Amino acid sequence: MSQAETSELNPIGLSIRNGSKIYPGTQALKNVDFDLRMGAVNVLVGENGAGKSTLMKIIAGVEQLNGGTIELDSKPIVFADKSDAARHGVGIVFQELNLFPNLTVAENIFVGHERTRGGIHIDRQAQAATARTLMKRLEQDIDPDVTLGSLRIGQQQIVEIAKALAEDARILILDEPTSALSAAEVEVLFRVINDLKKQGVGIVYISHRLEELIRIGDYITVLRDGVITGSRTMKGVDIPWIVANMIGSASKEFPKTVDHNLGDEVFRVEGICLPSPAGGYAVDHMSLSVRAGEIVGLYGLMGAGRSELLECIMAQHPNSSGQLFVSGKPLREKSVAGRIRRGLALIPEDRKRDGLVQIMTIRENLTLSSLHDFTRGFHLSLRSEAAKAAEFVKRMAIKIASLEHPVSSLSGGNQQKVVIGKALMTKPKILLMDEPSRGIDIGAKAEIFRTMRRLAADGLGILFVTSDLEEVLALSDRILVMANGRLTGQFPAGANASDVISAATPNLNRVETT
Amino acid sequence: MSSIDASGNVKTVIGGSRSRTSALLMLLHMRTFVALILVFAFFAFAAPNFLTTGNMLIISKHVALNALLAIGMTFVIIAGGIDLSVGSIVGLCAMVAGYLVLYGIDLNFLGFGYSIQFNTIEICLIVLVAGIFIGWINGLLITKLNVAPFIATLGTLYVARGAALLFSDGRTFPNLAGNADYGSNTFRIIGSGTFLGLPVSVWIMVVVALAAAYLATRTPLGRHIYAVGGNERGAALSGVRVDRIKLFVYMFSGLCAALVGLIISSQLQASHPATGETFELNAIAAAVLGGTSMSGGRGRIGGTIVGAFVIGILADGLIMMGVSSFWQTVIKGLVIIAAVVVDQIQQKLQARVVLQQNVN
Repeated sequence: MSQAETSELNPIGLSIRNGSKIYPGTQALKNVDFDLRMGAVNVLVGENGAGKSTLMKIIAGVEQLNGGTIELDSKPIVFADKSDAARHGVGIVFQELNLFPNLTVAENIFVGHERTRGGIHIDRQAQAATARTLMKRLEQDIDPDVTLGSLRIGQQQIVEIAKALAEDARILILDEPTSALSAAEVEVLFRVINDLKKQGVGIVYISHRLEELIRIGDYITVLRDGVITGSRTMKGVDIPWIVANMIGSASKEFPKTVDHNLGDEVFRVEGICLPSPAGGYAVDHMSLSVRAGEIVGLYGLMGAGRSELLECIMAQHPNSSGQLFVSGKPLREKSVAGRIRRGLALIPEDRKRDGLVQIMTIRENLTLSSLHDFTRGFHLSLRSEAAKAAEFVKRMAIKIASLEHPVSSLSGGNQQKVVIGKALMTKPKILLMDEPSRGIDIGAKAEIFRTMRRLAADGLGILFVTSDLEEVLALSDRILVMANGRLTGQFPAGANASDVISAATPNLNRVETT
Repeated sequence: MSSIDASGNVKTVIGGSRSRTSALLMLLHMRTFVALILVFAFFAFAAPNFLTTGNMLIISKHVALNALLAIGMTFVIIAGGIDLSVGSIVGLCAMVAGYLVLYGIDLNFLGFGYSIQFNTIEICLIVLVAGIFIGWINGLLITKLNVAPFIATLGTLYVARGAALLFSDGRTFPNLAGNADYGSNTFRIIGSGTFLGLPVSVWIMVVVALAAAYLATRTPLGRHIYAVGGNERGAALSGVRVDRIKLFVYMFSGLCAALVGLIISSQLQASHPATGETFELNAIAAAVLGGTSMSGGRGRIGGTIVGAFVIGILADGLIMMGVSSFWQTVIKGLVIIAAVVVDQIQQKLQARVVLQQNVN
């Protein structure tokens, strides 16, 4: 098929030329040219932080370009905000659900553009009727009058999609719409997408599930670090081509694996189960082990159950089951304090929410887990506490003006070092890190990775969770892959990227463990 | 990299950053103290007899009661909670004290035909345990049953007040002189005795305040209280036993309220079931005036004590000047609002200063 033919079939509805977007500290998009074709599925793929979501937010009017132009139907246009874009027929389903669990399904669908009589009175009947039609179209048996909170996450995502459909969007952006859907629900969604295509709607589809993209997509655009590295029709595209464009050859600066001997097993979990509120298991009989000096990377997509597994290990889910062993001895402590004492330490994913007490000082945050080391009887020695904090500031190379400043005044990377310092001060045997490089700039990332390497060389066992493929490949001595709460793959260092990706993609056959 | 002077930073937050902050920020830091001096100076000029020793002693006795409650309240608020029940605990504990002084524990209903009588120290211990017990109930409701602190302590506010009324059918226990035979005739010392020229109640406040300040700044328990109020999840994941910390602050608040109940019943030599009504609001006011943040994680015992003095001097001074009690109420409210507004201004300024320092 020649380029001319496809243009006839699928006219360009919206295009971005030379688009740039700068956030404080990072450039999310660099001179991007993007064409959105109508009556087709435009697939967008790239790693976390590659700029996919930023690009979509710009098309949906949530963010504005710093440089470059947008054309809608060949006329230059600037969207003032999301509702302005919606008036021009752009609808978006965000990755995170933007719904109100306390309102009914119908109320959620029409929130912000309620059907009214006389502009005041909400026409409940009309809303419920339209909602029912939408649900029929999505082949879902959901009563529009039940509260949203009572639905499963997958059903909630369907409602989110219905919300976008209710606005009669000409351009519909779906940001990872299938991450919480079951296989059957995905099939329904694909049928709806095909319907919309026939009606001439231009669809942008973002997903990490590469098989899905190849199946549903008509055009593909690959982003890496804010630059488009590949853009073509889907014909002839295969997974290796996508992965090559996603990762590229120029690797980021990862510290090379230092050759050192791994020690004995320091940590093992067996048969960890966590029932999910939506039924089934969020963590489904997970077993794994870590040796002293070993960095084990736990890779998986959003919702694979990785964070939940770490939370189970750190005694955050009283209704979880399974056994833990530290250096071969069973760990029965039920409290976080007890598990920390036995040598476990967690670097949480959400630094602000779980990792730090923002209004406390840097010193107080660093020592929070190990105050008893500075205490005799009741008395806390502020002198030895400050000395220890200063020692760790130096050791972790944290850039601070004073130990007594609130920790909130630090940059993300330095805050993360404080969290790690706090964990290390408890002298752990095993370090659990949940997305240790999230939300910090490249320089700080490299430093964190070097720190991880150094700690492993000193004999610490590290289990880290990441959604960054490149990171897991470069940093791990061993790679574990999770999907749907289960262990779906196990690879040695230097594994093939596409093997790891396939293992992380559910609905596929279990990948043979090596 | 800047240098880290470990020994220089052992001092408090304020001490560490004072040298570099502007004069205005320093003034704001000290605002409660500045307010205290202003209020004091104003009444020294405006109210006759204000500066006499007798008046100072009366004011300090008044302030001691509110300050004790406010100390307990400060810990609760720092830990991210609120305790509305302290006024009722004061009332109930006063009634328990009065009953024990008058009747002891009557065992007639068991057929023994006699009652147990207690001496002063035993009475005090029983009353304190009663106060701690109600605080423990508050803590259990909040930690184990997940009731919001506002609601849980609102509930115990009513229950404890009702229990106080039931104790005596709503009547007053009069003439709590005690009985020399039982060793309870010394009961009056708590409220009306003096030691080194200062009322015993003021000494109690001083001791509790010093202990609380030590606890807040120099013990792991104190640090954990701040951590729980600053970020409960973060504290829990750092190994802080959040439930125990919460239980502690409510029990400590109950203990403070029981002390106040003892002091009042001893002072008046009588227990009335309405003792302590609305005391909880004065305690919250003193804590907030002293710089305690209602969103948790921030506050100091010293600030709370100064706050209690500002409120106490304001109230007594206005009475001495003959200002109508209606105006007194309005003025008290305005002072509290002003305190919080100034606090917000200070927070903003301080954040800006720290940011600038980090850029440099």
